[in-house]
Amino acid sequence: MLQFILNQNIHTEETLDPNTTVLNYLRQHCGKTGTKEGCASGDCGACTVVVGELVGDDIRYRTLNSCLTFVPALHGKQLITVEDLKHDGALHPVQQAMADCHGSQCGFCTPGFVMSLFALDKNHPEHDHAATLEALSGNLCRCTGYRPILAAAQQALNTPHTDHFDAAHAHTLRMLRDIHPTGPTELSANGHRCFIPQTTAQLAELYQQHPEARLLAGGTDLALEVTQFHRALPTLIHVGQISEMKTLTVLEDRLEVGAAVALTDLYATLSQHFPDFGELLHRFASLQIRNQGTLGGNIGNASPIGDSPPLLIALDAKLQLRCGTQQRTIALEDFFLDYRKTVLTAGEFIEKIIIPTSENVEFRAYKVSKRIDDDISAVCAAFAVRLEAGIVAQIRIAFGGMAATPKRALNAEQALLGQPWHVTTIEQGCLALAQDFTPLSDFRASKEYRLLVAQNLMRKWHLELNAPLTTTRVTDYV
Amino acid sequence: MSNHHHPVASQAEQEAQFRADLKTGVGKGLKHESADKHVTGEAIYIDDRPEFPNQLHVVARLSDRAHARITHIDITPCYNFPGVAIAITAQDVPGELDIGPLVAGDPLLADGVVQYVGQPVIAVAANSMDIARQAAQAAIIEYEDLDPVLDVVEALEKQHFVLDPHQHKRGDAVGALAQAPNRLQGELHIGGQEHFYLETQISSVMPTEDGGMIVYTSSQHPTEIQKLVASVLGVPMHRVTTDMRRMGGGFGGKETQAAGPACLCAVIAHLTKRPTKMRLARVDDMLMTGKRHPFYARYDVGFDDQGVLQGVKIDLAGNCGYSADLSGSIVDRAMFHADNAYYLGDALITGYRCKTNLASNTAYRGFGGPQGMMAIEEIMDCIARYLGKDPLDVRKANYYGQTERNVTHYHQTVEHNILEHITSELERTADYAQRRKDIVEFNRQSPVLKKGLALTPVKFGISFTASFLNQAGALLHVYTDGSIHLNHGGTEMGQGLNTKVAQIVAEVLQVELDQIQISATRTDKVPNTSPTAASSGADLNGKAAQNAAQTIKDRLINFASEHFKVQPDEVIFHNGHIKVGAHYLSFPELASLAYYHQISLSATGYYRTPKIYYDREKAAGHPFYYFAYGAACCETIVDTLTGEYKMLRTDILHDVGASLNPAIDIGQIEGGFVQGMGWLTTEELVWNEQGKLMTNSPASYKIPAVSDMPLDFRVHLVESRQNPEDTVFHSKAVGEPPFMLGIAAWCAIKDAVASVGDYRIQPRIDAPATPERVLRGIQQLRADIVSSTHVSTEQGQ
Repeated sequence: MLQFILNQNIHTEETLDPNTTVLNYLRQHCGKTGTKEGCASGDCGACTVVVGELVGDDIRYRTLNSCLTFVPALHGKQLITVEDLKHDGALHPVQQAMADCHGSQCGFCTPGFVMSLFALDKNHPEHDHAATLEALSGNLCRCTGYRPILAAAQQALNTPHTDHFDAAHAHTLRMLRDIHPTGPTELSANGHRCFIPQTTAQLAELYQQHPEARLLAGGTDLALEVTQFHRALPTLIHVGQISEMKTLTVLEDRLEVGAAVALTDLYATLSQHFPDFGELLHRFASLQIRNQGTLGGNIGNASPIGDSPPLLIALDAKLQLRCGTQQRTIALEDFFLDYRKTVLTAGEFIEKIIIPTSENVEFRAYKVSKRIDDDISAVCAAFAVRLEAGIVAQIRIAFGGMAATPKRALNAEQALLGQPWHVTTIEQGCLALAQDFTPLSDFRASKEYRLLVAQNLMRKWHLELNAPLTTTRVTDYV
Repeated sequence: MSNHHHPVASQAEQEAQFRADLKTGVGKGLKHESADKHVTGEAIYIDDRPEFPNQLHVVARLSDRAHARITHIDITPCYNFPGVAIAITAQDVPGELDIGPLVAGDPLLADGVVQYVGQPVIAVAANSMDIARQAAQAAIIEYEDLDPVLDVVEALEKQHFVLDPHQHKRGDAVGALAQAPNRLQGELHIGGQEHFYLETQISSVMPTEDGGMIVYTSSQHPTEIQKLVASVLGVPMHRVTTDMRRMGGGFGGKETQAAGPACLCAVIAHLTKRPTKMRLARVDDMLMTGKRHPFYARYDVGFDDQGVLQGVKIDLAGNCGYSADLSGSIVDRAMFHADNAYYLGDALITGYRCKTNLASNTAYRGFGGPQGMMAIEEIMDCIARYLGKDPLDVRKANYYGQTERNVTHYHQTVEHNILEHITSELERTADYAQRRKDIVEFNRQSPVLKKGLALTPVKFGISFTASFLNQAGALLHVYTDGSIHLNHGGTEMGQGLNTKVAQIVAEVLQVELDQIQISATRTDKVPNTSPTAASSGADLNGKAAQNAAQTIKDRLINFASEHFKVQPDEVIFHNGHIKVGAHYLSFPELASLAYYHQISLSATGYYRTPKIYYDREKAAGHPFYYFAYGAACCETIVDTLTGEYKMLRTDILHDVGASLNPAIDIGQIEGGFVQGMGWLTTEELVWNEQGKLMTNSPASYKIPAVSDMPLDFRVHLVESRQNPEDTVFHSKAVGEPPFMLGIAAWCAIKDAVASVGDYRIQPRIDAPATPERVLRGIQQLRADIVSSTHVSTEQGQ
């Protein structure tokens, strides 16, 4: 049984196909057509909705792509759509600003922008340009060129206001507490079922009973099987309610990240320890995706172009895996076997990711893609080095986009290790890179470009460490 | 009908209002008429309409071959899925199968042969899209592969054309080239572009009692949909009504390409007697429908030591895809804009319409004009590098003159040219000269990042080059309460056309905008319309609506003058009130009074553009009523290690004549620029060796996102410049011209790269300038430097 709030009303769904996306639920089941389908792949943001979630004593509002979110993810939460914003015949301040600033032309992307602005408004009481860009990075507009939409954000956030969500805050909080899930549940219809466990132990047991099940975390990749490839997912286990797996623990020498921690929740901690990891997270898909997508998911789907694995491999991260009551810890670099193949056995899942936080290691990461925001890397590179008296004392280099899996550049590492930190050493490393990788050509990049960029990123890394005052990144211009 | 519940204002109050000004007429920066509905989600697009009971959903099965003979189709497996109503092939179309807009070549469903990956072969209708899709996939289709032509250069060499080549010729280009002091040759590939309207193609069709159809369609060309639906059904046009309220974006992609879904729906509605809807999934839309034509250009130019062109020979080969569609006019327009803003000297421009096994490329904002301009802008840069000059100086040296050097290569005189003014103003406000110096200095000191600067002009011809299309109609009703219902032949795709046309009517009748309701564009209200295309929407439909409003106004003036026994010139409309002699009436009072005196309050309006003609035999004429002008100055920063870049600043000065609505016009300019920049930077169409489009979703095809907008973006309208021609309130068209301002972004990237070679070598960077192409350009340029150093060393020895 599923319970959530929609427009201040508690909805209870007992028999709903768990393969139903929130978008289809809204448009086809509820007749709410304000939320639009632009791509059904989480790339355009026209379907953006906001979900309110109980966090401590407060409600946290976040955007997500309703086209990629299955309804079980709404369990215990508040769903807010564009229809809910206008109140007593008056536009919400973010709607008013969009209209005043000429932020809509054809209007089809507009509801999605409005919802992203609404969440921005809820999370940033004052206007902040960087936060605005981040909030809108997952919303495509083909008409305006964005300038008037940024103006609308500025107008809305610079005008002090409260709205009817603020007025109903206590009431909403009460309702969220009332429907807060206390035990495991499931949703099934059409021969499709979704289990919603509350604890890791329940998950472990369920997954052993149903090793054929697909684990649903953020679902931002998994949902594509339904929305793009039109395949059914008969058995799902939703891990989004398991608080143990959504915990991020900072220890003296490491971070322990629950596999179901949303990428958005990693930002503060990771950017503190590894500024480049934080910067890359900002360019990781879009805010909508990061609000849903998890670190465990990004690793578990074993894509060769996932952005976090190369960074984590360079940082020598470990995975804690679990199968039933059995746990084991392995190095992340040993996790990937081949294209989309991992060491996971039937019923085994990633429980947490362990990231060492050594003070002595200089960490740098680079993402190269056609478009700066919300694009998949052509090449993703990560370097972790420790220099002692000008000599490379410790080195780990990993790349994404260069092989069938995210992979260490072992030959390049060997070429550097024990050598003086010098441009000639780097050139040796660049030569060795060609031994490490035989990249493929595809629509993102040619193999020649991939290899050249990988080598040039080594050169850039060297330059950056040597001449920290030289600007080397176009992304520094904001 | 009675107005008795309205309190009647006193004469003094009415006089006061009469003396005040209208708040919402022409020239005001009003918001889009649907803005409030857009932001609340209340604006209804076709997919948002309540579904008809018993409605069917249509999904097409697409060819997975670029070129093949269909040897066998078995649709019986489709019927194994519960909920499937019908599966159809080409043989089931009752009327004409071909839906080519001008010439045949576009079968609604493949007939015996498939010509591109993505071509619809069968269509299946079921209770849901999901079932229809599954059933369509279950059909058995067998093919025998034929050789495809996938490359435009191959098509050009084989003279594999959808239509014959055409030439513009002035003087003796070959002779001029031979005699020119300097000569350069080169070639350029210019990429296509996916429209990526946010709302995919969609149509919803309801059968009517006479065997006709009401067709709800997201189309820029309702009349063509009407005509083609009638044609595939084999019924007269009067049985079919097209209804088009709004599109979620068009950009040219819904000029001809909306017809397929509408006609498939109509055929199935006809066969099943059930209402039918077809909404394309994004991937299907991107595979099925045509895009902006990729072009291959090669040139041979001669110029003097100042960089002034003496002779020019340019070949423009449009990659048309498998059929003609609108490619004739599109390649024509590329040729018409091969000069952009420059006097070419003796010129020979040849346009080729290459046939390839891709989706049939189609209209897209600029309609070939942008591709035509790309070659000459590349040439300007090449000349500048060759002579060691600033590219802007070369551009200015080649601008059309005011009294001489002012005739185009198709023999139209360029009149009222304000580009020199725009350029000097923009140079000043953008601080071009100082920034040029600063950038050279920055580049000297920055090892990895290099800045680039470019200022490029746009001169864009306004009018359909198919002259007969330059006509429009409108229908205006005034009701007895003074409210006004307006229809015109144009379509609203976000460009604010309805807002502008309503402002025009408001201005003529001197009523506020909220008195005017524009409803869906319908073929039973305004017949025989032209597509909303060629930037002509407001020019044509605005004039037609103005004429309709003037007709009613004239009737009201005549009536009032007779009724109140005053001279017609004593009847004056102003701000919702009419002064008749010394007496004041409100507009509703006059409307009501006129009705009681049996005056018709409904009128049509019609307009056709004067002055335009083109003699194709002579390749000469006056195809454009006027030109729109603009210029953009872009600064970018490029990473020479990865090819990545960022737009730092863009200044635009653009000419819209006397603006009908400055807010909407600025929106068109900003949006056009960013779309043009996207075309030339990140938007890359990649097909695999089998001819399948690999960049077929927004995951792989990257239109500009919010961070791609220039960090500093300043857009201004040229002030106090009425269009000297008699256009509607002396405004100028704005839909397409600003798109080509995006060329400045591409030139700025090349400028940054050229700094690596001390601005003496033009990097070869085809469009779109993806980071990969930029890095390749840098590599090639570095190799050129090495080899030229090598050569000069050898010479030194």
